[in-house]
Amino acid sequence: MDDKTKPSDLSVWLGLADNTFTRQKTVKFGDATAVNSGRFYSILAVAACLAAWIVASVFELVEPFYWPSIDGTWDRLVKIAGEGFRNVALWDHIGISVYRVLSGVFYGTLVGVPLGFAMGLSSTGRGLFDPIVEFMRPIPPLALIPLVILWFGIDEFAKIFLLFLASLFIMTIAARAGVSSVRISKVHAAYSLGASKLQILRHVILPNALPEIFTGLRTSMGVCWGTVVAAELVAADRGLGSMIMIAKNFLQTDTVVIGIIIIGLIGYIIELIMRRLERWLIPWKGKG
Amino acid sequence: MAGIAIDGISMVYTLPGGGEVHALNDVSIDVDQGEIVSILGPSGCGKTTLLNIIAGFLSPTAGEVRMGGTRVEGPGAERGMVFQQGALFEWLTVARNVAFGPRMAGSPVAEATEKVERLLTTVGLQGFGDKPVYQLSGGMQQRVALARCLANDPDVILMDEPLGALDALTREKMQNLVLKLWKDTGKTILLITHSVEEALFLGERLIVMAPRPGRIEREFRLPFPEQALSQPAREVKAGPDFVATREEVLSMIWNMEEEIMGQAEADQG
Repeated sequence: MDDKTKPSDLSVWLGLADNTFTRQKTVKFGDATAVNSGRFYSILAVAACLAAWIVASVFELVEPFYWPSIDGTWDRLVKIAGEGFRNVALWDHIGISVYRVLSGVFYGTLVGVPLGFAMGLSSTGRGLFDPIVEFMRPIPPLALIPLVILWFGIDEFAKIFLLFLASLFIMTIAARAGVSSVRISKVHAAYSLGASKLQILRHVILPNALPEIFTGLRTSMGVCWGTVVAAELVAADRGLGSMIMIAKNFLQTDTVVIGIIIIGLIGYIIELIMRRLERWLIPWKGKG
Repeated sequence: MAGIAIDGISMVYTLPGGGEVHALNDVSIDVDQGEIVSILGPSGCGKTTLLNIIAGFLSPTAGEVRMGGTRVEGPGAERGMVFQQGALFEWLTVARNVAFGPRMAGSPVAEATEKVERLLTTVGLQGFGDKPVYQLSGGMQQRVALARCLANDPDVILMDEPLGALDALTREKMQNLVLKLWKDTGKTILLITHSVEEALFLGERLIVMAPRPGRIEREFRLPFPEQALSQPAREVKAGPDFVATREEVLSMIWNMEEEIMGQAEADQG
């Protein structure tokens, strides 16, 4: 093939051919920007997994107790999407899990951001909260489940409180980092322009900290999504975690697999939405 | 409007080991209203410390800065500041950056908008108001910084190497802009630079500082900013007076650097 032949847009999109900038580079190994999406291989990988599942189902290679057949799983999905699972609609299982995560992150942000600001802006604040935050940070939220159950039982409040704790310290640390990252010349400039302390907090320190706070939000969402499922495994009658736990008790491997797939997909979707929001809300990120 | 009186400023830092660093030693400068003064010196001569004291970000260990008879105790809107770079608010558009001072002072939006438009035209950025500042080149960002400072109508403008990060060509253009703004607004300007040519071109008075301890070495009274108002900048810079003074100042600074190197070697030995 002639070197000068322009590859089709499709092959560039699939990552089978380099784009017009990378094509001119003589050095590609070690240049991270020369690595393309490799979309073709992504499609291939997903297709291979599905194909393996189909083959295993058609030839009944795996005992359904360990891994369900693809058609059986599909039938089960249609059934629980229509009738619900154990008297709870599939959408409710999903909805309640998402609701718990959003509530936990919301309250965690509400408390964590002011806490982080206090730590970043005042020596007293830093001194007071630093030991607590640094102590709580390495404790996995799951280790707090027994204590939270002892305190609050297993009702809705207990789960949201656990997620609140999971996001609280992430948000505190993110907000503190955001405050500390403000370049002193911006603060000096604002003072020289006649801004008061309160105005500097509102118009310089807060917007300057937003990128870090948003990174904290993304991390919080991910951690809380993992935590909610685990918390529901332990104690809940609704939610995706409880759905797969109950299904396990009834040896319904197909429902367990459906739950796992939905958990993975929703975690992925949350991440995509957060990235999109970040680009839309904080376009100046990394451009100071 | 007022000039600034810098009166016997000293700045001494005590090191953790017990030693002392004399960043500034008895520096006095009287800047008249409407003057443009440049301060030049090798790194470590305390020129940025001095500017931070005038701006009110640092309090000197001895001496005081007065403006119109009032002692400077902290930063204030009457002393505008233009930084080297990275002092714009990247989350705001060009226009919102320029309008920052008036907005903080609570001036009406319409009034501020009109002022911003006028200033953007003055600095050659008409039509850029709605752009985010991070999309602008370094030179254009410094134009925004100048406009933002002027929007607040300060009596004195303090410039901390405002053109230091720009490429040579952009820098020359910006020097002309600074001169033009000085002439048009009649502001008192105090400019710090490490470029000899810039210090000569932008100083009716040039103050050369020496390090260890930071002090005033010599003062020049220069005709070049005046000349540049009626003559092309390149001609002024090529003139025999300019070239001779430049060489004189350059060799002065060279000697300081040599001395520093000698001292450093002596310290080590």
